[in-house]
Formats: sequence, C-alpha cells, structure tokens
Amino acid sequence: MIVAKGKPLEEIIEAVKDCDSILVAGCNECVTVCEAGGSKEVGILASALRLYFLNQGKKTQVGEITLQRQCDREYLIQARESVESYQMVISMACGVGCQFMAEEFANKPVQPGVNTMFMGGALERGVWSERCQGCGSCLLARTGGICPVARCAKRVLNGPCGGSSNGKCEISKDVDCAWQLIVNRLKALGRMDDYEQIIPLKDWSSDRAGGPRKVVKEEVRQ
Amino acid sequence: MRLNYPAHVRVVRVPCTGKVDLIHILRAFEKGADGVYLVGCMEGSCFYEQGNFRARKRVEHAQRLLEAVGTGGQRVQMYNLSSGEAPLFAQYAREMSERIMALGPNPAKLAMDVRQGKAA
Repeated sequence: MIVAKGKPLEEIIEAVKDCDSILVAGCNECVTVCEAGGSKEVGILASALRLYFLNQGKKTQVGEITLQRQCDREYLIQARESVESYQMVISMACGVGCQFMAEEFANKPVQPGVNTMFMGGALERGVWSERCQGCGSCLLARTGGICPVARCAKRVLNGPCGGSSNGKCEISKDVDCAWQLIVNRLKALGRMDDYEQIIPLKDWSSDRAGGPRKVVKEEVRQ
Repeated sequence: MRLNYPAHVRVVRVPCTGKVDLIHILRAFEKGADGVYLVGCMEGSCFYEQGNFRARKRVEHAQRLLEAVGTGGQRVQMYNLSSGEAPLFAQYAREMSERIMALGPNPAKLAMDVRQGKAA
C-alpha cells in the first residue's frame, strides 16, 4: 500500500485559516490502512479544525466526507455536490488522490492533509516500512524476494557494499543491510549459486529517471 | 465511604480507558466540555493489558492537538488508580476541577454561546 503520515496540524491550519468553508476528504484505501487519512482521521482533523475556528471566533464550516478511492474519477464525481458546496478541500488521500481531486475539481483549491511517504507494509501496529520504489523492472526473483532498490540505501545491485556491518547498514544501526538479508534468504533457499551471478546494469529508464510514467494496457483500454 | 467530589464532574463509564479514542475527547470539547480527564487502572494492571497505556498515548496526542488549536493542552489529563482507591478518585476530581477553574471556560463553548446569543 501507499504509506502516508498526517501533516502537522499547525501546517494545515496555516493553509486554511482564511477559508470560510472547508471539506476534509478522506480515502478508504491505503491511507485508511496506514491510519493517516481514513474516515477516523478525517473526523479527528475536522473536529480539531472546528475547535480552532471556534476559538478564533470564526464561523468557518468544516465538512467531512470519505470516498472509496480518490485516485479514481468514478468515485470523485460522486462527491461533486459536496465538493462544490465548500470553498476548499483538504485531501487526506495520498499524493495521487490529492492530485486527482485537484484535476477533477479544477476551480477548487485542494490542500494535502498528509505527507505521502512510500510503498510499504505494516511491520506491526503503527510501524510501516518501505518495500518498493516502483522502479518498473522487478528484480525480486533474483534476490530472494528482498528488494535492493528499495531497501539498500545505495540501491546496490551486487552487494553488500563495504558499509555493511553485523547485518546493519552504515547509515543507521536501525537499518538492516538489504544485501545481508538477501544472502541470508538465498542461503535458506539453497540458492547461493544465484548470488554468484552478477546482476547486469539495470535499465533505469523505466524508473523515475525516464520522466513521469504511464501504463497502458491495450486489452482492457476503452 | 461517603466521599464528595465536585458536582460538575460528569462521569462517562467505559469498559476500559483503552476504549476512549481521540475523537471522543475532541468531540467533548466541541460539545462544550471545559476539561476532560481519563481515570484508568494502575499501569500494569489493565485487564486488557494495554488499554490504559493506549489511553495515555491518546491523551498526550489530544494535549498536542488542543494546544495547536488554542483550546489548551492542560485541559486534558490522564490519571491512574486502583478500584480500591476511592479517596484518590475524589482527589483527582478536585485537582482537575481546580485546574479547569483556574483556566476558565472552554473558549470554543464561549464562542458557541456568543453565536447562539447565550453570552452573559
């Protein structure tokens, strides 16, 4: 899932303090799972903003809505009536949802309510870890299911580098060395022969280096 | 044990302080409460193991949010006691009541009263 974390309340207040009406819009997908922008977080932010405006003696209206997805126009158009009745939208979705919201409602200022962090998963309740950087050409089959692009600080494809020490990365003792994990995993799988094979230069044109990307699937395209 | 505590303290019973979420605390202030405090079991004595620890974290989060919106973080507090400590329950009620009296009314409530023409 896409992992996000809520923006500091002070930053959001600074952005919306002069508005007369605000719609806080959540998303029922990734940001709900990572507890950053689902209906619960929408309720908390809206409540805090209502208190702020009351304390300031302002009559600003703060509404709440949570869409099934903000990264799909078919769900965004269902919210048109609500969105149109407010002066500004705070999108609690990831950067994708926030941008789709801004594109769909071109005349409506859209303020992000979260900082979008990465694609990852939950290690435990309240702890999420990065697992994928969407490089566009997956190497996981060769590395025992552990991604050196997302989990190695240097994105080294034939590691480990000299900064690996006792299974940890030189950037922090809290960060596992991805290549140590890969070696451990390949050993456990009995596939150390794979480790001996050099991974050739990676084609980074499918990564962000090639500019903004698009996926077109002609067989389902209408 | 006929103990007294301030009459304006309204007790909301929950199965565990771990049931109390951030939104409950914020809504209480939206509805005009001048202060909110949670009284949980002693730390380490939670029947559900983590309930009172979770409540404490939520109270701390509420304090930060209320500070940011201008209501004031001191209006929220977490207390712990055992079920055999009724005098302590009354003491916490007086302590919180005195703190809120010193802070004055919830500014959001005052604003709502002005809006509804109830201001003195």
